[in-house]
Amino acid sequence: MKKGIKGRIILISLTILSSIVFFLPSTRFYSLFPSWWGNIFPNKGINLGLDLQGGIHLVLEVEQDEAVSNNLDQMMAGIKDSANEKKIEVSSVKKVAMSDILIEYPRKEAKETLTKVINDQFPFLISKESKDNALLLTLSNDEASRIKENAVSQSMETIRNRIDQFGVAEPLIQRQGTNQILIQLPGIKNPQQALSLIKTTALLEFKLVDDENSFSRELPNSLKLDQEEKFKSEFGPRIPEGDEILFEKIVDKDSQAVTKRPFLIKKRTLLTGDKLSDARMSFDEYNKPYVSVVFDRTGSKQFETITAENVRKRLAIILDGTVYSAPVIQDRILGGRAQISGGFTPEEATSLAIVLRAGALPAPVKTIQNVTVGPSLGRDSIEMGFRAAKWGTLLVVVFMIFYYRLAGLIADFALVLNVILLIGALAALNATLTLPGIAGIILTIGMSVDSNVLIFERIREELRLGKPVRGAIDSGYDKAFLTIIDSHVTTLITALVLFIFGTGPIKGFAVSLSLGVTINLFTSLVGTKVIFDMITMRKKIETLSI
Amino acid sequence: MFELLGKTRIDFIGKRYYAFLFSGLMIVLGLISLFSISMGKANLGIDFAGGTAVQLKFEHPVKIEDARVILEKNDLKEAELQEFSEGNKLLIRIKKQTTIQEKIAEKVVSIFTKELPDNHFVIDSSEEIGPTIGQKLQKDATLAVGIAMLGIIIYIAFRFEFRFGVAAAIATFHDVLAVLGIFYLLHREINLLIVTALLTLAGYSLTDTVVVFDRIRENLRLRSRETLEQVINNGINQVLSRTIVVSLTVFLVLLALFFFGGEVIHDFSFALLMGVVIGTYSSIFVASPILVVWKGSKGKLLRRMA
Repeated sequence: MKKGIKGRIILISLTILSSIVFFLPSTRFYSLFPSWWGNIFPNKGINLGLDLQGGIHLVLEVEQDEAVSNNLDQMMAGIKDSANEKKIEVSSVKKVAMSDILIEYPRKEAKETLTKVINDQFPFLISKESKDNALLLTLSNDEASRIKENAVSQSMETIRNRIDQFGVAEPLIQRQGTNQILIQLPGIKNPQQALSLIKTTALLEFKLVDDENSFSRELPNSLKLDQEEKFKSEFGPRIPEGDEILFEKIVDKDSQAVTKRPFLIKKRTLLTGDKLSDARMSFDEYNKPYVSVVFDRTGSKQFETITAENVRKRLAIILDGTVYSAPVIQDRILGGRAQISGGFTPEEATSLAIVLRAGALPAPVKTIQNVTVGPSLGRDSIEMGFRAAKWGTLLVVVFMIFYYRLAGLIADFALVLNVILLIGALAALNATLTLPGIAGIILTIGMSVDSNVLIFERIREELRLGKPVRGAIDSGYDKAFLTIIDSHVTTLITALVLFIFGTGPIKGFAVSLSLGVTINLFTSLVGTKVIFDMITMRKKIETLSI
Repeated sequence: MFELLGKTRIDFIGKRYYAFLFSGLMIVLGLISLFSISMGKANLGIDFAGGTAVQLKFEHPVKIEDARVILEKNDLKEAELQEFSEGNKLLIRIKKQTTIQEKIAEKVVSIFTKELPDNHFVIDSSEEIGPTIGQKLQKDATLAVGIAMLGIIIYIAFRFEFRFGVAAAIATFHDVLAVLGIFYLLHREINLLIVTALLTLAGYSLTDTVVVFDRIRENLRLRSRETLEQVINNGINQVLSRTIVVSLTVFLVLLALFFFGGEVIHDFSFALLMGVVIGTYSSIFVASPILVVWKGSKGKLLRRMA
């Protein structure tokens, strides 16, 4: 009896069995299995790549400089407030460079108190230059880099919150480089909504509409989009100090035409969205969707004061610089509830509620890569991949039997074994199957017969030299061995490079190719040899069908 | 025993000058395309050049001319269009946008919604890539090809001799350049998947070369009285049926992939198909003759024959 033949048969059976066990969770039938099965055996299988199930792949770049600039704006407001409290007269606080603030004041004596206030409250603002009537401050480098760092980590946190509430099964949110965030949302049905959800800055502000100024009565009621330039040149220079023009977007129900309505608004922000404790979508009595927001404790108090002080005035609700509604305050509002209505669709209102709940992004984000695959293309791709695999396998299997007869059948056995083990290995690694990954499997099918062809050609040569069948088989395997190793290693080198440098789908290709090549070594050297040994073991064979 | 070829005695090495002429042309073509790519003049895919690609699947067929007129009317003159016979699909590509913020993808979708109200469509895929990412990918791809080549030379030099390694590397370079050249000539898009295909075919072509080299080395060790040309010719002839059978099986599966794999990997499988043909040719007509032409002074195996 041939040495170790039983051991090898057991080894092959075990690998087949474990492949099946690993692959089971990836099949449709897995749901029929009892629950204890998943506790003992693997319960996670192959993942489908974005290109096969549809989804979004996004790379966002956080505009860190904007975060620094926003922070500086807040500090400037803080300086003004503190100066007011201490009754220090300040004529202007302005930004003069990326991270420089210039404070001007009429009286020399103010300098000392001002410097003290800044040292106490804003220790990261370093004095750069000081004159009798002005102070030039700059943001320390440490603080600037802390703000930048914070902007990225906080953006990630905010985006994660939003996505969690949106309900995506297995989102991937990863930091990439210094200022990039990679987001993958597999199997999403409404990419547009998800995209706007992620990218909305969601800065919610409450500001007063300045109706007291006569200028506001001159503003047109609605503006066509192409009139905007003209409007800016006409009204721009006349905007009163401390006010700004913001627009409300109005979409006509019937014609879908977009117009804009200008508002004269006081620049000072009374309340922002970070004081919210909840936001929900609801329907009003006309069945129109709106978003109701609830403030937290401090927010409620502030809201109460604001509404009490400004009865009969209009309060603008502004999101990312666009006015959504500007209701007249009828009375003091207790309990900290407000409504944002503004001609939303139910989807828009839902998204808005989500982004308000999850908080604002600390800085705007820029999309630098956005790959969206619709679910129907994904389905098509799987179908076509399997069709190609089916035909590819069939062609090779038939060709091998035609060319090598019985030996060809044995090589086909190795091929099928190869595919089973490859799928099992992919499942065991919880690898992600992509369309190029399927191509990799198909390519492996084509290349998997290579080793066997090498061996068979050697065996033929030995037979031609007149060796007996058994000897020819053994020396065929021996002589082909090193060649097989060499040829496999070279393919592995390129697959490895692809794996290291590739992203997404290409990584999938590299994984299935390198696994396929490795498994191929086993199936061709062990898998087919065992069958040849079984055939030659029983009786002395005179001829070999090869 | 069924055989495609019997025992052959073809004088491959004797035909080396024809082969060198042909290969020289392919290499020149490849170098021209490589140069054009670095100048940004080739048909670079949006993953390298940056830009937008939107694929729409319509309910009813859309004529490509009509689609072009519609896009031109809406200020998207620079769009490239491609249609797929199956499933009324239309691919719209707009390259080199300075910034992704322009929302070209959304614009394309709204244009078709407005202009073809009766022909409903779904967005099969949309891809927007900023120019900075494109440049990074270009760099990465070049680096990947370089490192793969280096790794291969080192392995072959380690397993065989330095000269074998260089010959195999030249043959592999030749194949990559030739396929790149063909793609350039046919004005096919050069994208990330094509680079993957190039690396894969490099691996395949090398496997082929290694099998031939293994046999040549084995024959060299037999210390026969034949000339180097004869030894190499014998080696190639001995593995010829293996070379053809394996190339054929790989060719068959790639053919299946080419015809049934769908539009996403159509060019990918085309590149691999070209690669198999050229890779097989180069292991016989490029890699092996180099061993004859460049004898050098070092290396035990070849010197013995001189």
